[in-house]
Amino acid sequence: MKGSEAIIRALLEENVEYIFGFPGGAVMPIYDEFLEFKDDLRHILVRHEQAAAHAADGYAKVTGRAGVCLATSGPGATNLVTGIMTAYMDSVPMIALAGNVPTSLLGNDAFQESDMMGITMPITKHNFQIRDPNTIHTKIKKAFTIAQEGRPGPVYIDLPKDCQTKEVTKETNNFKIAGFKPVFEGHPKQIMKAAEMILKAERPVILAGGGILISNASPELSKLVEMLNIPVTTTFMGKSCFPESHPLCLGMLGMHGRKVANYAIGNADLIINLGCRFSDRITGDLETFASQAKIIHVDIDSAEIGKNVKIDLPIVGDAKKVLAQLIKAIEAKAGKHKEWTEKIKRFIKECDCEIDISGSPLDPRKIMSEFNRVLKKDDILVTGTGQHQMFAGHFVKREKPRTFLSSGGAGTMGYGFPAAMGAKIAAPDSQVFDIDGDGSFAMVIQELATCKEENIKVVPVIMNNAYLGMVRQWMELFFDKRYSGVHLKRTPDFAKVAEAYSLEGVTVERDSEIAEAFDRAYKADSTVVLDVITQEEANILPMFPAGARNTDMFGNCIQKRGKLF
Amino acid sequence: MIEAKNGKKNESEHIIGILVDDHPGVMSKLCGLFARRGFNINSIIVGKTDKPGLTHIVISLVADNRTIEQVEKQINKLIDVVKITDLSPQHSVVREHCLVRVSSTESSRDAIVNLAKLKDAKVLNVNHTSIILELVDSPQKIDNFLEMLAKYGVKELSRTGINAMQNGN
Repeated sequence: MKGSEAIIRALLEENVEYIFGFPGGAVMPIYDEFLEFKDDLRHILVRHEQAAAHAADGYAKVTGRAGVCLATSGPGATNLVTGIMTAYMDSVPMIALAGNVPTSLLGNDAFQESDMMGITMPITKHNFQIRDPNTIHTKIKKAFTIAQEGRPGPVYIDLPKDCQTKEVTKETNNFKIAGFKPVFEGHPKQIMKAAEMILKAERPVILAGGGILISNASPELSKLVEMLNIPVTTTFMGKSCFPESHPLCLGMLGMHGRKVANYAIGNADLIINLGCRFSDRITGDLETFASQAKIIHVDIDSAEIGKNVKIDLPIVGDAKKVLAQLIKAIEAKAGKHKEWTEKIKRFIKECDCEIDISGSPLDPRKIMSEFNRVLKKDDILVTGTGQHQMFAGHFVKREKPRTFLSSGGAGTMGYGFPAAMGAKIAAPDSQVFDIDGDGSFAMVIQELATCKEENIKVVPVIMNNAYLGMVRQWMELFFDKRYSGVHLKRTPDFAKVAEAYSLEGVTVERDSEIAEAFDRAYKADSTVVLDVITQEEANILPMFPAGARNTDMFGNCIQKRGKLF
Repeated sequence: MIEAKNGKKNESEHIIGILVDDHPGVMSKLCGLFARRGFNINSIIVGKTDKPGLTHIVISLVADNRTIEQVEKQINKLIDVVKITDLSPQHSVVREHCLVRVSSTESSRDAIVNLAKLKDAKVLNVNHTSIILELVDSPQKIDNFLEMLAKYGVKELSRTGINAMQNGN
């Protein structure tokens, strides 16, 4: 058996069904092997390697299993980098494979050589270079274990060409990884302390992060909330982990979150953080963040505990396991936080105020209300990065875990469309919509060809405001409206571009047209691009500026600033 | 383990032993981590251990408790790291190796050699203008020795950085 076959067999052993890739000189033996395994492993040919990585990311976020992408050496591999870094920032399990020059030429600056081991070092959970074909099986198996267990993350595997062509003679089979021992169960003493703190608290709030989704802890979270009547706010990455129609769901918190969520955190006496890393977009000013609260932080990565915010009670463990332990510890003694929850429920309703979003050019929030109208529970919404992303985070309601995907930590423009393709591959029975910006979508527009040729149906909905909207908004608010390098001027005509790829494109200019366009795209069998012309200078509000107090939000919604509680 | 809220900065010297899998790129991963997270390392040494396939690294740094906690946790996250040990001087033996070339003349040579004897330093090389001395001792004692040599003129100095081992069993 040649190395290339061993590589594919190792992937199949990990139940890999799809691989997103783009060929080149240094991976030709693997591409040749694909023909032999075409019934077991489907290769999806993207049109740029970055899209392969994002598609693998989208696939992984929906399934919880590592997505796999493949590129050739040199520029092919470096094109994966943005996608790998995006996965790293959001703790997404991913196996990124790339060819390299033969081992005899490594370090000689041979054609299409790049030091991917060096380049991927700070943006992967781990990386491997396979210099000996006998270690292919071991290293790929280890890579999957590392990528998927504990706090997930991308693992890069460097495949010099000769390890693909040489024969495997004697496979190594030591799968032990001495330095990798994730802790799943919370320490019983810490659990008891947490239970006490929760029962004693008068104004507790649960802060649910992406960790709830990763560990599939939504049922446990719901159970704890039902037992204790504690309000829940989710981070942007945690969106969809708790049903947003629930009367105790505060929605998203943070810079562009809902005021009620930020104020609840600001007024709580106990914050129960489950799998959120307290990023700067959540906390704002660290000195004043949750100043009245004691903080319990549950995280599988102990390095996140105490990194940004000082913690009163750390619990290292898997959110699902720890929640189950907490439920057990609390069950007999459960009391309800009535006064606080009634207050919260009232404010949640106030925050759901009626806003007039009719008229043309369209209010971006009209698009969000269309998502709320057409998307069913199992359907998936993916976003690019920019204003549209925050509009979606703030206004679109999601009920089921893993139905809202976005690049939260990295904020990668161009993530949405290819990640939507990966999501569709993972969930073929769901409708997958991509809410994108005219800037963000244009960065990956070539993937229309992938959708067409690989028969992947997704619906990119472009919130086309003719600007790089988020940057323009910051220029308006923080740079005296001095617009620099942000005007895209509605080039190209996205509907026409879609047509050039033999796909349907619809331009929506009036609010009377939007419902029909959405329904039509929803029912279509292949990819439809909806180019929705929106107000040019609409802002995503409310917000707090970077580094400001999270309770100092400005913008519409609730008028009385800081007076909510 | 976790400082109280609004805890004060309280910097002190820390020494950490890191047992790692011995393969290419491990040092680069470790040093890359220090660089990008802004950890300031005073010294780092690397060498073989009694366990085949494992390498021991000793780093020393001055940091407050909160930083040192992050340093340890981030190092622990590296897959190649098998184990880390706190080797702070309170409960470890701490040694450093030092080579120093001191200017010497006919008239100063005896004094330098006597000082070396007094400090348990070895004379490794002598010529007309200089002497190379070797000293293995605690970093503080090496500092002290160098201070005493200063008046003769230190021409070249090479210190290994700190090595340490926990007391007891």
